[in-house]
Amino acid sequence: MNRYLLPLGIFLLLVLLLGVGLSLNPREVPSPLIGKPAPAFRLPQLHDPVKTFSPGELRGKIWVLNVWASWCVACREEHPVLSEFAKSRLVPVLGLNYKDTREDALAWLKRYGDPYQVSLADFDGRVGIDYGVYGVPETYVIDKQGVIRYKRIGPVTPEILQQKIVPLISELSRG
Amino acid sequence: MVEPRNRDLRILDRGWWLVLLLVLAFGRGTWAGEAARAATEPALEDRVMALASELRCLVCQNQTLADSHAPLAMDLRDQIREKMRQGASERDIVDYMVARYGDFVLYRPPFKLSTLLLWAGPGLLVIAGLATLYFRLARRRGEPKVELSAEEHARAVALLEGNGDRERQ
Repeated sequence: MNRYLLPLGIFLLLVLLLGVGLSLNPREVPSPLIGKPAPAFRLPQLHDPVKTFSPGELRGKIWVLNVWASWCVACREEHPVLSEFAKSRLVPVLGLNYKDTREDALAWLKRYGDPYQVSLADFDGRVGIDYGVYGVPETYVIDKQGVIRYKRIGPVTPEILQQKIVPLISELSRG
Repeated sequence: MVEPRNRDLRILDRGWWLVLLLVLAFGRGTWAGEAARAATEPALEDRVMALASELRCLVCQNQTLADSHAPLAMDLRDQIREKMRQGASERDIVDYMVARYGDFVLYRPPFKLSTLLLWAGPGLLVIAGLATLYFRLARRRGEPKVELSAEEHARAVALLEGNGDRERQ
């Protein structure tokens, strides 16, 4: 009896290990940017390229940066959730339009609604690279000191909003 | 009944050729730029590709930046090229990538506490296997030798000589 117990134990351990491995999402690579200052940039705004924006302008505020594109299917899926969140006016939500064209981006916002307080145009994707973007949509929470506190790769869901983003924001605004 | 179906197939065949021709004519557009650059600056392009083959494409995670045709991989190759033109070393560029995408971009993960098991794991397994083998053999050697009684010995001799139990009975 005992001689079967050990292989069975090892087998069960292996099953457990592989089971945990299967339930992990390989797309969610821990970002090295968490806890680091949000990379500086100055980008033209989507609606009016003459106006520019730099993250320094929001120093002292907690804000959310959402990276999106009109060609991104998951962004459409995320859009109602994000719109609802933006409507709550908890914090400013800014959009970074990533590797897109102005025409397509504006048409998309017109069609689905524009949740963003300011939309930025990152057509060549340079700012995206600085923010380690690789799977649009991505969402960042940036604190009053301009430090990235949270990053979501993939669409924001109501669960993530309620369990991660909103509690984090209320914690940050208390601190 | 068979005729038209065959004809359909023939058209399908021709369709495939057309698709192949189109792919050959236009599909390489994304590589053409890099191919042209490889022709004008072969040394730089070699360095770019050598480094790119050490880095992981985050969009298609099992490909290197050199192999991948994802738009992000192309952008990152452009970044590598640009930085090398500005005189950045391989080390600088690797640091630049790690700062943005983490250790995950490296095809050779660095040796540190969080990757200890990854690096030492196979070695530990071999050691564990060898140790198990050693102790098993040692235990077997330690077991007392089986002594045969005179009767058992005689029976064994009989068996070996071909006069087994059956004949004796």
